Amino acid sequence: MSTIPGLQRPAPVPNELTQPFWDACNERRLVLQNCTLCERLHYPPAPRCNLCGSSDSFEWKEVQGKGHIDVYMVIRDSRIRGFRSAQPINFAVITLDEDPGINFLSNLPGTPPGEVPVGAPVELIFEETSNGQLVHEWQVVN
Amino acid sequence: MVSDTGWMRNREGMGVWEHRGKVAIVGWGQSHMDRRWDGVALDRSCGGLTREACLKAIADAGLSLDDIDGLITSPETRAEQTWAPRPYFDPPYDTEDGLTKASAEWIQRELGLKNVKYFNSDAPYIGPMMGLAAQAVGDGLCETALVWYPMVNLEGRYGHNNPQNNNQEAPGATAFTLPWGYQNGAMFNNLVVFLQYCQKYGKSHDGLAPLCLNLRRNGLLTPWGYYALHEPYQLTTEDYLNGRVIEEPLVIYDCDRPVNTCAAFIFTTAERAKDLRQKPVYVLNHAQNNGRGRSTMATLDEHQEAVASLARKMWEGSGLGPADVDIFNPYDGYLTFTQQFLEGFQWHGVKWGEAHDFYAEDIRVEGPHPFLSSGGNNGTGRNRAVLFSDSIEQLRGTAGARQVTVRAETALAGCNTPDSCGFLMMSKNPD
Repeated sequence: MSTIPGLQRPAPVPNELTQPFWDACNERRLVLQNCTLCERLHYPPAPRCNLCGSSDSFEWKEVQGKGHIDVYMVIRDSRIRGFRSAQPINFAVITLDEDPGINFLSNLPGTPPGEVPVGAPVELIFEETSNGQLVHEWQVVN
Repeated sequence: MVSDTGWMRNREGMGVWEHRGKVAIVGWGQSHMDRRWDGVALDRSCGGLTREACLKAIADAGLSLDDIDGLITSPETRAEQTWAPRPYFDPPYDTEDGLTKASAEWIQRELGLKNVKYFNSDAPYIGPMMGLAAQAVGDGLCETALVWYPMVNLEGRYGHNNPQNNNQEAPGATAFTLPWGYQNGAMFNNLVVFLQYCQKYGKSHDGLAPLCLNLRRNGLLTPWGYYALHEPYQLTTEDYLNGRVIEEPLVIYDCDRPVNTCAAFIFTTAERAKDLRQKPVYVLNHAQNNGRGRSTMATLDEHQEAVASLARKMWEGSGLGPADVDIFNPYDGYLTFTQQFLEGFQWHGVKWGEAHDFYAEDIRVEGPHPFLSSGGNNGTGRNRAVLFSDSIEQLRGTAGARQVTVRAETALAGCNTPDSCGFLMMSKNPD
């Protein structure tokens, strides 16, 4: 389960495109599609490169898991059932240090709601969802 | 997201619109508006309200039922749930068609339209749908199109009845958003972009208060609007600043209120429009955006480029420029994204980062900068059609207490969000 009290994250359902990504998460690794023609990372996974359009030039590339907090809000009235019991809860956008054009969502486990240090460095962790599938999360570096 | 199709004008470099000034809007009708359908009064169901709006639009144009040869609508009524498993009613309310949507076939039967040759019940939401209608008439798919856009709101808390939000699984693209609490729709990503905007330009959420208050004021001048009908009082700055927080810093007053209603419009050729009851409102161009950001969340840079591109497409196709637009009604479903349109189109000279300062000036309808003279969706309820109907009324000179005192020769209106939208340029003159 999540380390955030009351949170029941919906579990990602892998498909043909995303299975390698979610399998890597279960191994506590973050892998992104990289277009070998453009040397461009993609996240979320895409069927083709959003620069050159190629669909057969992707490789899965493990990234370091370092990022920074871009902006955040605090969810106080969620429509999503699994989040209503965890409100208030942070919702932050994390940019990846290796390529700040790539961003991730985070609830920032360990950071009290509303006390988010915008611009601070974060590191990759993993959290469990409702069926045990791990998802990537981010934690402020102390 | 708007699908990319052949009729769209969603690329730069397409030149002047081939039907510029040859298509006109000649009729408009708005049904009654309630917060929700009570599940009892069938004349207030989706079908009932659609029927009402369509008949009003046809009468407004001075046309007969036999003049209608095109029917265009969108299935995107935002009902979020079906009427079933509750019992249906007697025909014609014996299926979802008529209760939570109103298709072209349903309205053809209900109105007894005999001469329809073009049916489209699968148009996108109203922004791009208005462009589709103009293109259909210009291309000769029909001569006189009846176009309607119902918004449906059944009982229950909005969003909480959406099956996706109650699912313990996150399939497809939602696998990368739902597990962190992201809600589909325009709220979250546009709030992220708004926060980036505030960070970049040194602005804050309270800078939206003057816009919110003025929209409510304009909405109260719109007799059929939700607030004029049901909650006829003005908001104060204190109300806004102390509004119930939804997703901090977004408050309830930043969100347009879901309502149950329908609006309808009549598009026809400029030639046919000459002899009709109303002064024609000519269409000079339509343009769409259907992009998306590179990663999970679109960014401020991406949204600004999206609206800048939308503006370039609109100027290119219409032959007009920023200084030529008199009436401007961009979408305000969440107040957090409206400034992107204002700045991207540079209406009244507003540049990037200047919208909040502009809101603090005189934006009343009787003032020099009557922004969103419609009252928008924030001021009238989430019907979206008001962006277009106010534009038509302003150009006709029939907006009543909302009639602007500045020049009203041209109008630009559209929705929904910076990266996914459709806009229409209208004019009193075809040239």
